[in-house]
Amino acid sequence: MPKARKEFLYGLLFLLPALTILFIFKVLPILFAFNISFHEWGIAGDKGFVGLQNYKFLLQDRYFWQALWNTFLYTLFSVPLSITMALLIAYLLNQNIKGVGLFRTVFFLPVITSLVAVSVVWKWLYNPQRGLFNFILSLLRLPTLKWLEEPRGIFELLTGKDLPYLLEGPSLALFSLVILSVWKSLGYNIVIFIAGLKNISETYYEAAKIDGASRWQIIRHIMLPLLSPTTFYVFIMTTISSFQVFAPVWMMTGPPTGGPLGKTSVVVYYLFRKGYEEYQVGYGSAIAFVFFVIILAITIIQRKLSEKRVYYEV
Amino acid sequence: MKFKPVIIWKIIVYLILIILAILSILPFYWMITTSFKTPAESIAVPPTWIPKTLTFFGYETVITRIHFLRYMYISFITSILTILGSLLTALLAAFAFSWIQFKGRDTIFMGFLSLMMVPMPVYIIPLFLIVQRLGWLDTLHVMIVPWTVSIFSIFLLRQNMRTIPKDLYDAAVIDGCGRLRFLFQIIVPLIKPAITTIVIFEFISSWNTFMWPLMVINKDNLRPIQVGLAYFAQGESTNYPALMAASTLSILPLVILFFIAQKQIIESYARSGLKE
Repeated sequence: MPKARKEFLYGLLFLLPALTILFIFKVLPILFAFNISFHEWGIAGDKGFVGLQNYKFLLQDRYFWQALWNTFLYTLFSVPLSITMALLIAYLLNQNIKGVGLFRTVFFLPVITSLVAVSVVWKWLYNPQRGLFNFILSLLRLPTLKWLEEPRGIFELLTGKDLPYLLEGPSLALFSLVILSVWKSLGYNIVIFIAGLKNISETYYEAAKIDGASRWQIIRHIMLPLLSPTTFYVFIMTTISSFQVFAPVWMMTGPPTGGPLGKTSVVVYYLFRKGYEEYQVGYGSAIAFVFFVIILAITIIQRKLSEKRVYYEV
Repeated sequence: MKFKPVIIWKIIVYLILIILAILSILPFYWMITTSFKTPAESIAVPPTWIPKTLTFFGYETVITRIHFLRYMYISFITSILTILGSLLTALLAAFAFSWIQFKGRDTIFMGFLSLMMVPMPVYIIPLFLIVQRLGWLDTLHVMIVPWTVSIFSIFLLRQNMRTIPKDLYDAAVIDGCGRLRFLFQIIVPLIKPAITTIVIFEFISSWNTFMWPLMVINKDNLRPIQVGLAYFAQGESTNYPALMAASTLSILPLVILFFIAQKQIIESYARSGLKE
């Protein structure tokens, strides 16, 4: 047998297990999802091709729009909070201090624990009557909060005014989930930022110090630009994972799940409810595809925007 | 006097870090202390920072009232088999991608990479329909087989294998050393750190997996830990010592693993960020 032919056969043979499994359990379901999103397919089974009907219905489904808006708000608040806190902590941990390992362990522990266990614990912390958080607020002589049971927006609570829907901000119920996600994702982002900071050569800082630059100037003009590829990576990863939030919503809000007045319903939760719990497979798949297009769009937009801003070392 | 700003700066740094660290550890502290309280003490107002009476009531409830140890066992079995499966497929695929020359190889690899961008919720409903059609609902393998390929693992192993000179492969093939033997006896020992990374990631993600088993497992005796805990939490929503004991037990294996292999785990995560 010629050598090239032999190599080709070996190549296929070694790839076969991965290819087969990926094809059956990933490629096929993706194609299948696209196909059934054009079908009316509910409990009664496949009723056939209906064109864009599911997508048309989706545009008018106010619960879908609410879930999408909630997901957007959740991401809008959790991503910047997580990134700035992680950057601050990584910067402080990089200041030649003692006990870096211990601090890192403490911040990293939430990363490896499951969202389910963490949700059980935080639901208890948020309990309006007996929870630790309200106890701490009362110790500080602050008014206690309804946390996960509060449908009002955080800006409404802060200003004490009735605000229009788009300005009221995430409900406190949703914001409680934001706090949880920041706590949970912080350790991972810290570790990535520390690795990024370690990659920046000391000589840049020393040169700046000799030139008499202040601490803030060094951060602003040397550290942040050189760190921007890392920040960009963290930004994309945190955004994409924020968009997929599911377990805390299922575990912590409700009954009924989705929180007070549907204020914590998010896209993946809504998809799960329609496509699985209510077995509206066709409609659920349409939601899944819109979700996918949004995730792709975010990735592309972030990539385009950052091409101008990100500084890559040559 | 010249050192003063430096000292003040250091004090501020430590102060911020200590406050944030306390806030970060607080949920765990509260989970563990509540798990040792009596039900009455757990809901006392004001709450106690340190349990007055140390009881194992919560743990007893968890272990006797539900099949908690069974859930843990199911999670162990599925995690270990998922790790083995994905390691095997990744080693073979990465080997093909980095050593064997054949037409279409790089196209297939690009296809793999673009598949990595499709998040699970996109295809989870049809995936459910497929395993339902296969009659796999309420089985052990439904939690294992679909997740035995990790594209990230293939990517990571390929990157590591490509640092090894190709001459080694050519020499081995000419010597008549079989490709499989070459892979497992020569390559595997050379890329141990990458394999450790994969084992760690796969273990953490399989142990914590929730949405998929929630959909495909209905039988109580097949529930993995996360699903068991979720249903327990729904049923016992006010027995706080038991809830906290269950949460503590469910995270224990990963916390133990974390303390044993902390350095490797954190380094693995850090590397996963840099190599993208």
